[in-house]
Amino acid sequence: MNKNTLSQPATSEEDGSSLWNDAWIKLSKNYLALAGLGILILLCVVSLLTPWIAPYSYEQQNLDLGATAPSLQHWLGTDIFGRDMLTRIMYGGRVSLMVGFIATAVALVIGILWGAIAGFYGGRLDAVMMRIVDILYALPFMIFIVLLMVVFGRNILLLFLAIGAVEWLTMARIVRGQVMSLRNQEFVEAAYSLGLSQWTIIRRHIIPNTLGPVIVYTTLTIPSVMLLEAFLSFLGLGIQPPESSWGLLINYGVETMEEYPWLLIFPGIALSLTLFALNFLGDGLRDALDPRTSKD
Amino acid sequence: MAILEVKGLKVYFHTRNGLVKAVDDVSFSVDSGETLAIVGESGSGKSVTCYSLLDLLPKPPAKIEGGTAFFDGEDLLTCSPDRMRHHRCNDIAVIFQDPMTSLNPFLTIGEQLIEPLIYHPDKTLRQSRPKARERAIQLLDEVGIIDPHSRFDCYPHEFSGGMRQRVMIAMALITEPRLLICDEPTTALDVTIQAQILKLIKKLQQTHDVAVIFISHDLGVVAGIADKVLVMCEGTIRETGNTDSVFYRSQDEYTKKLLAAIPSGPKKLESRVKPETLIKVSHLKTHFNDYSKQKIDGKYALIKAVDDVSLNILRGEILGLVGESGSGKSTLGRSILQLVPNTSGIVNFGADQLTGLSPRQLVPWRRRMQMIFQDPYASLNPRMTVYETLSEPLLYHGLANRENVLSRVSELMDEVGLARGSMRKYPHEFSGGQRQRIAIGRAIATKPEFIIADEPVSALDVTIQAQILDLILDLVESHNLTMMFISHDLSVVRYISDRVMIMHHGVIVEEGKTEALWANPQDPYTQNLLRSIPIADPLLERARIENI
Repeated sequence: MNKNTLSQPATSEEDGSSLWNDAWIKLSKNYLALAGLGILILLCVVSLLTPWIAPYSYEQQNLDLGATAPSLQHWLGTDIFGRDMLTRIMYGGRVSLMVGFIATAVALVIGILWGAIAGFYGGRLDAVMMRIVDILYALPFMIFIVLLMVVFGRNILLLFLAIGAVEWLTMARIVRGQVMSLRNQEFVEAAYSLGLSQWTIIRRHIIPNTLGPVIVYTTLTIPSVMLLEAFLSFLGLGIQPPESSWGLLINYGVETMEEYPWLLIFPGIALSLTLFALNFLGDGLRDALDPRTSKD
Repeated sequence: MAILEVKGLKVYFHTRNGLVKAVDDVSFSVDSGETLAIVGESGSGKSVTCYSLLDLLPKPPAKIEGGTAFFDGEDLLTCSPDRMRHHRCNDIAVIFQDPMTSLNPFLTIGEQLIEPLIYHPDKTLRQSRPKARERAIQLLDEVGIIDPHSRFDCYPHEFSGGMRQRVMIAMALITEPRLLICDEPTTALDVTIQAQILKLIKKLQQTHDVAVIFISHDLGVVAGIADKVLVMCEGTIRETGNTDSVFYRSQDEYTKKLLAAIPSGPKKLESRVKPETLIKVSHLKTHFNDYSKQKIDGKYALIKAVDDVSLNILRGEILGLVGESGSGKSTLGRSILQLVPNTSGIVNFGADQLTGLSPRQLVPWRRRMQMIFQDPYASLNPRMTVYETLSEPLLYHGLANRENVLSRVSELMDEVGLARGSMRKYPHEFSGGQRQRIAIGRAIATKPEFIIADEPVSALDVTIQAQILDLILDLVESHNLTMMFISHDLSVVRYISDRVMIMHHGVIVEEGKTEALWANPQDPYTQNLLRSIPIADPLLERARIENI
């Protein structure tokens, strides 16, 4: 057998993109999803530009002023140290969105690959890979993060990685289950009998078919990651005041809820808005990526 | 007087894509002791007709738009939910198509059987558990379950498909209904089991004096069992009358088309066999571990799916491989293509040996041998357009480049009879027959020499089946293909094959030239199999049933 027949020319990538093209056309007709996407883009843009457009400094205290209700000077009021809430929410959004997206992206990449490989190959490899997942699940997550912090020092990037490294476990399990049922479908067998390499089968035939649950789970992960960050920060493991994040602001807001409700309400609104936007976008994406849902 | 009188029944589905008239102005009647067969292809509205009588349709989207259905003087379409429950409990029973899914796997079959007796909505009619048990065991015995006393406490997974369908029949009869609706009760069963079940239904109908509505797409089955036939197409009645007049003196074009589409008789094409062995299989064994049973001495029991099979396929030959479910015929096909690991034995393609090659070494061979799968709904990736599905093998094996792939895919679409314009559509936008054309297109894309077709038409309607069979024969001719055609349907195999092999429990029990084997089967299993095929001709079919 000569060597030429053994080399496998890669399938062209442009032709594989039509699922995404069609998905975009469908998504652009789903106004709710578009609104969600718009809100998310707006939030991201505002976060990026915050250092230039924020009305006040986020750390400048004004103890004489104290906590004031929303007014013309301070649209969303001030906290007990007299810091402008709008500014603090804008700065908090930077941290929260970054944690949400980066940590989730980390979880997505590791989780999908891990789950797809374990589910596709099955057998011993699957057993070993999933036992690793079980062990990490069983490991108390706080200890894991504290350990990371002790070893590597406190670092915001490390925080993202640490959260991502915990969140991928569930993703891996979801993807593995999906892949296991897909693996025995006839179209995968057909791809195999065409001689496609296993990696091509995973990439072109398996992963696209797991997208539905993955997208939904992703939109649920992002807000839960944001709250996780708040919890860690509250324990002193995440970011520290005077820096802020939505989760941290909500936590402090809860303490003074009765006297100064706006300290809770406004960061709460920011977080809920993100959550709604994500859910609408996620549902829209799931439908758009499934050719079986009708085109109108 | 008729026990059930349906007049002008209309059931419409209000879907997102508009109104679907599933049943449009259908009228019929059934007397007790009589069998009415409703015949039609998928989507003809035959099941919807019957389900609407029992209020089993999802509403919305379904809505009954008109008509009456008088059962014993009471309109089933307008009666209260309480009355409907009363009818379901006492008068009307249903046997569903798939015995594998219509029993609850978490309850013993006995528990499911006696449910309607011990939880009867009318408290005065409830029976005590021991009494219900006695009655259920008596019925299980009647439907042919051996040792009903101990089988009563078994779970559904401990029964075979045919046995489960017997349990379903017992379940339907336990309330002593006067009307029995059978929705394709034998479609999911093997042909020998089908013969037994049909005989059982017929016998029980006579002893219990029930009216039967028998829904089926199989005209052969209908010819033997029905007194009256109703032919449906796209929600309307095309023809109705007694069985003989519909089969012998049909007035309707659609009915004639249905009857003509049934593959019957020997192969018409000339054989193109050349005296050169293309595929040679010697002493092939494929065994699996049986994980459903406990280990014995640290080892799982073996399922011998393919057990010492040797065969030759000549170039240009169509070899039919016939067997019932679980006979190992699909596994044999997959073993030859090296899709499942072979336990032992040798498979040769021409002069070269395939067994023992690594997956990488097999890649160039994969191009030369292909497979067509049974279920066109499962064998196409739902997220890939037809263009992507067909271009994948071409690009992957370097048979086309980016410039000419479009024209190559267009040619393929022409060859399998699909419109070029539908290239950018997804599989779900096609009908079953069209999907099978896509799957066939994918299989011939790499210009293979050898194709294994694993039940390629068994999921299709009879008129579509005929078209696909002709397409396969055309392609075999034009591409000089050699084919192994796996099927449980003997008439189809006879229509298409040069030579036939009969497989049973992992071994080949008989082989021979198609017509010679048909005329003079030697093996008792083959004889029984051939005897069990229903014939779409009422007189012949009745005579055949008499003789079993």
